[in-house]
Amino acid sequence: MSFERIKEKLNILADAAKYDVSCSSSGSNRSNKNKGLGDSTGMGICHTYTEDGRCVSLLKILLTNHCIFDCAYCVTRKSNDIKRAAFKIQEAVDLTINFYRRNYIEGLFLSSGIFKSPDYTMERLIAVAKKLRLEENFNGYIHLKSIPGASDELMYEAGLYADRLSVNIEVPTISGLKLLAPDKKHEDFTKPMLKVKNEILLYKAEKKIIKSTPIYAPAGQSTQMIIGATGESDKDIMYSATHYYKKYNMKRVYYSGYVPVAEDSRLPAIGSQVPMLRENRLYQTDWLLRFYGFNVKEILNDTHPNLDIDVDPKLSWALRNLAEFPIDINTAEPRMLARIPGLGMNSVYKIINARKYRKLSFDHLKKIGVALNRAKYFMICNGNDFTHKDLQAIQIKGLILQNSQGKFRANYSAQLSLFN
Amino acid sequence: MNEAKILIYDGSFNGYLTAVFQAFEQKLSIADIQKEENAQSGLFSDAEIIYTDVIKSKRVWNGIQKKNNTAIKNIYFAFLSETKGIELLLYRYIQKLFSKTEVLHLNFSDDIVLKVSQLAKSVGREKHRMEAFVRFQLTKDDIYFANIEPDFNVLPLISKHFKGRYADQQWLIYDVKRKYGIFYNLKTVEFITLDMDDIHCNKTQKSNVFTDGEYEYQDLWNNYFKSTNIASRVNLKLHTQHVPKRYWKYLSEKKAV
Repeated sequence: MSFERIKEKLNILADAAKYDVSCSSSGSNRSNKNKGLGDSTGMGICHTYTEDGRCVSLLKILLTNHCIFDCAYCVTRKSNDIKRAAFKIQEAVDLTINFYRRNYIEGLFLSSGIFKSPDYTMERLIAVAKKLRLEENFNGYIHLKSIPGASDELMYEAGLYADRLSVNIEVPTISGLKLLAPDKKHEDFTKPMLKVKNEILLYKAEKKIIKSTPIYAPAGQSTQMIIGATGESDKDIMYSATHYYKKYNMKRVYYSGYVPVAEDSRLPAIGSQVPMLRENRLYQTDWLLRFYGFNVKEILNDTHPNLDIDVDPKLSWALRNLAEFPIDINTAEPRMLARIPGLGMNSVYKIINARKYRKLSFDHLKKIGVALNRAKYFMICNGNDFTHKDLQAIQIKGLILQNSQGKFRANYSAQLSLFN
Repeated sequence: MNEAKILIYDGSFNGYLTAVFQAFEQKLSIADIQKEENAQSGLFSDAEIIYTDVIKSKRVWNGIQKKNNTAIKNIYFAFLSETKGIELLLYRYIQKLFSKTEVLHLNFSDDIVLKVSQLAKSVGREKHRMEAFVRFQLTKDDIYFANIEPDFNVLPLISKHFKGRYADQQWLIYDVKRKYGIFYNLKTVEFITLDMDDIHCNKTQKSNVFTDGEYEYQDLWNNYFKSTNIASRVNLKLHTQHVPKRYWKYLSEKKAV
């Protein structure tokens, strides 16, 4: 094997794969057996972080960046004039194994441009996973990207070797998809998703009766949407995400701020800022829906179709619903505690346990790690009167912003810098 | 009333638990529990040397575990933090644990409980980081070798993880700071002390103890690390928050090539 050639391929094919944000390597239950290599039980591990701050836990590569499609948002689209390369199946296997043995990665994330046909491409992705599992006795994590339009039989086979499968929906609305990816149909994305969802349900049902049922995609499936490439609102995006969570039992929906990679009149120009803060707000909303018991309609609706940029979505919701507050830390239900801005689920857990022993005061909360500069306007503690009852939402917001130093604040401050 | 005593132990966790056993059994009033290497006798207290007794320490371990599983884990993790004064803090914690019927480790409004759980959490965090940041290098005699230099003494906590994951390769993880390592010989994990003048650091200079292919793979990893970065999203503050600088010298992707 020539390392120089491999290096060149790796540079090209990792570079093209980096726009896939999924990096999760957790939630699988494939443990090491027969003294093989690797283990993927429970928690995933981020082995390093890129300079843009994203976690690296999987070797994320394309099998090839040749592609017969021409989707406007994609760096590997056929009309883009870039260097092309393709890994041989054995090369992808060797890289994975050698990186894994050195503890660089948790496993493989394999995607591909589409060459010849969706099925032909999907077969080759499966071949890599199959070789890793059957020949190398590899029990690390494998995430395969399903190729839109791949057949049901291949989706079934993929799930036998992969821990997670995903198809990126990319554009959150059907009209947007028509505009940017004219070669693809909405059903090309949803059909493989539906197949995987049904296979997982089937597996779970059969497993109860027949213990030896071969495991099928134990870490479930995920999808990804590009943010800010077309004109959809945050409401469109989150309603669409909720749809995928419900209808296809998604484990995760990822949001990816559009990084301009093409000169195209339909898209933001090259050099425009990546909407990182908006992306961040969407993830915060996603968390509120999945872990904090919020309904999407409470956060985004016709009167409030976009998330606030200057405050996080929970604070924004609280300011619009001041009637629900103050909440008494010492007596409130966990569900309501979780709605206090500045309180994470960890703090909620600690409060519930600690308040069994004594009435909690502001001091206790501070030690536990509650972000009091936000929380104090929305709660009452032992021995402390609620002193903020006369404040209006706008005043509270002002006070909180005055005393906080959000990481993005400088970007959105109206104050000009004197020495720039 | 008994005079307050200082107990001196050998620095091991078993030694510490033996000291705790002694204190409870003889109903001692304890002024401090100290490692022998840095023991200081107090002006008004007697020092007593404790000889590690695995049977006694096991009884303490089981006793605490029976009370509560999380508590024993917190105690062990916090002990490995090697924080100054940890012995006395944990002794107070254990006293509280046995004097109360309630589930003590959840009472985060108690200062000692909060402190112990925070220390345990820090050690847990570093344990997790070491599982992430170990970088093996393949030696010519077929051993995957790694150096680490953690703030806390986490080697005992990570051996199970690596044993489960790398069951088919020999590996050795060496703690440069504490001068001992764990070695997996394809069957069991052993603690070993090595007298190595020439620690095979993950530094830029190549060493002939490693295979030639080793540097090729480091080079590939280094390249991968660079090409997976999105330049228009650079956030170095976040980057160093996740990968603290003190770990960089052992990370092959952080090597200046």
